[in-house]
Amino acid sequence: MFRFAIIFAAVLCAQDKPSGIGKPANAEKLRALDITVFPDGKGLPAGRGTAVAGKLVYKEKCAVCHGDHGEGREKQYGALKGGMGSLATAKPMKTVGSYWPYATTVWDYIHRAMPYEHPRSLSSDEVYAVTAFVLNINGIIPETLELNERTLPKVEMPNRNGFVPDARPDIRSKR
Amino acid sequence: MKCLRGTSWLKQSRIYGVNQSRRSLIAIGAGLLGASCEKPKAPSETGGTMRAYGERAPAEKIVRTVREATASAGSGSSRTPLQDLYGTITPSSLHFERHHSGVPALDSSTHEVTVHGLVERPLVFSMEALRRFPSVSRTHFLECAGNGAGEQQGNPAPDLQRSHGLLSCTEWTGVPLKLVLAEAGLKPEAKWMIAEGADAARMARSIPIAKALDDALLAYGQNGEALRPEQGYPVRLLLPGWEGNVNVKWLHRLLLAAEPAWSAKETGSYTDLMADGKSQIFTFEMEARSVITFPSGGQKMGGGAGAYEVSGLAWSGRGKIESVEVSTDGGRTWAKAELQAPVLSKSLTRFRHAWQWDGKEAWIQSRCVDETGYLQPTREELVGARGLNSVYHYHAIKAWRVAADGSVNHV
Repeated sequence: MFRFAIIFAAVLCAQDKPSGIGKPANAEKLRALDITVFPDGKGLPAGRGTAVAGKLVYKEKCAVCHGDHGEGREKQYGALKGGMGSLATAKPMKTVGSYWPYATTVWDYIHRAMPYEHPRSLSSDEVYAVTAFVLNINGIIPETLELNERTLPKVEMPNRNGFVPDARPDIRSKR
Repeated sequence: MKCLRGTSWLKQSRIYGVNQSRRSLIAIGAGLLGASCEKPKAPSETGGTMRAYGERAPAEKIVRTVREATASAGSGSSRTPLQDLYGTITPSSLHFERHHSGVPALDSSTHEVTVHGLVERPLVFSMEALRRFPSVSRTHFLECAGNGAGEQQGNPAPDLQRSHGLLSCTEWTGVPLKLVLAEAGLKPEAKWMIAEGADAARMARSIPIAKALDDALLAYGQNGEALRPEQGYPVRLLLPGWEGNVNVKWLHRLLLAAEPAWSAKETGSYTDLMADGKSQIFTFEMEARSVITFPSGGQKMGGGAGAYEVSGLAWSGRGKIESVEVSTDGGRTWAKAELQAPVLSKSLTRFRHAWQWDGKEAWIQSRCVDETGYLQPTREELVGARGLNSVYHYHAIKAWRVAADGSVNHV
């Protein structure tokens, strides 16, 4: 019997059989908890907004830190626009417009982390609208383009192909 | 004497709640003895009282340097005073911090970690549930990817705290992440794990599944007690040897996915911009690095020419430190430093080197090799390969200048 128990335990381990720790996740709670948006649009909720609408939301909730036109304020409140063509120069300017590879990341970040003092207080429509505004001041989309869960993933960001995998160790040191 | 003892015992018995009738009896007895007792003439030579939670000696003043990054409190960094620490372990109260949206006040009795996405069984773990898994304790350094960005750009900090202080080393206790993931059952398509914190900004990073199944921990213990709030209480992800930012604090969700999320903190920041305008992404390991902690910037070699011990720290995110060399002549000659045992993988290693200082100006520096054979580069070699704007993962040799009067400055 004892030997049988040992074999049984070994089989359990080998099969990665769960030990019963933890409880099943509630599907409804999971939907509320899961805020991750992927580049292909997975995770985006239904909603819509244009830069025209976004300008009003931005003025009320974002401009105090990022400036009236997304120009930023001091080093800590980074500019949201500009810097195109600067990445290979001595003074690169990394902004949403010049640096970020995916528009979905803009939506995800505004939704999860902004406004800084009250994150996740914007409605989905407001997030689409502010995202459209930020992309528009960078000249990436026209003012009237409606962003929604289908059009946002199709927006092509200027630095889309600017990222390469980790190439390290890339330094050959000499003694 | 008997009288004093009686009195103090009485005080203690009250504190510890001796039952009422017995306490009364002792009080009467003490009172009787006390009546025939004189107070001692000299003050007591016994020491101070005990403390329920210890504190350092009042004269010890070393602190972190705190820098708020925004007008709202809680977003910024604080740096460890490495130049004033002994050995290899950082006290929890001096561990460096980097927060992107303040330190949340989380309740460990209600906090949960949810594992979902490409798993057979989406599961929720309370802290009590996480502590049911087999636990391990391991000593690992944590270093912010941006530790030393100013050095790269030619703006060296005047002292070690400001040049290298986004580095600490702690004994972490927790459950191997692979056990938790096995409980949920990974689907074969699960190649990435997106870890998210419960801080206001829900800071999130994408982690390759191989690391999650290797030496990753869900850590709830730090130097023998619960994590400090600023280190992720009640539970954080710990990815030994990897840049600080991926060690997500206040961990509340692990999403298994086929692709990375390309989150803001893995694209807009924590990517290494090269001179050609391309950026390296998903650069996780912290490369081999060493620095002299004594004598270092702002310190003084007060005793004039003679014997000194040069001491410092070496570490690598790729494993153990193999060797450290010290130069006291500006890099012309190098001598092997003594490594303090045990040399642990992905941990701080203390090195020492006996130096006979001749009392003249000297440039001192250290360089290390890790167990993969990687040699810590010079700044020129690093800048040659990556340019001046990669910002993150700077790890070049650091030199200090000792002046003839014994003062030490940055170079």
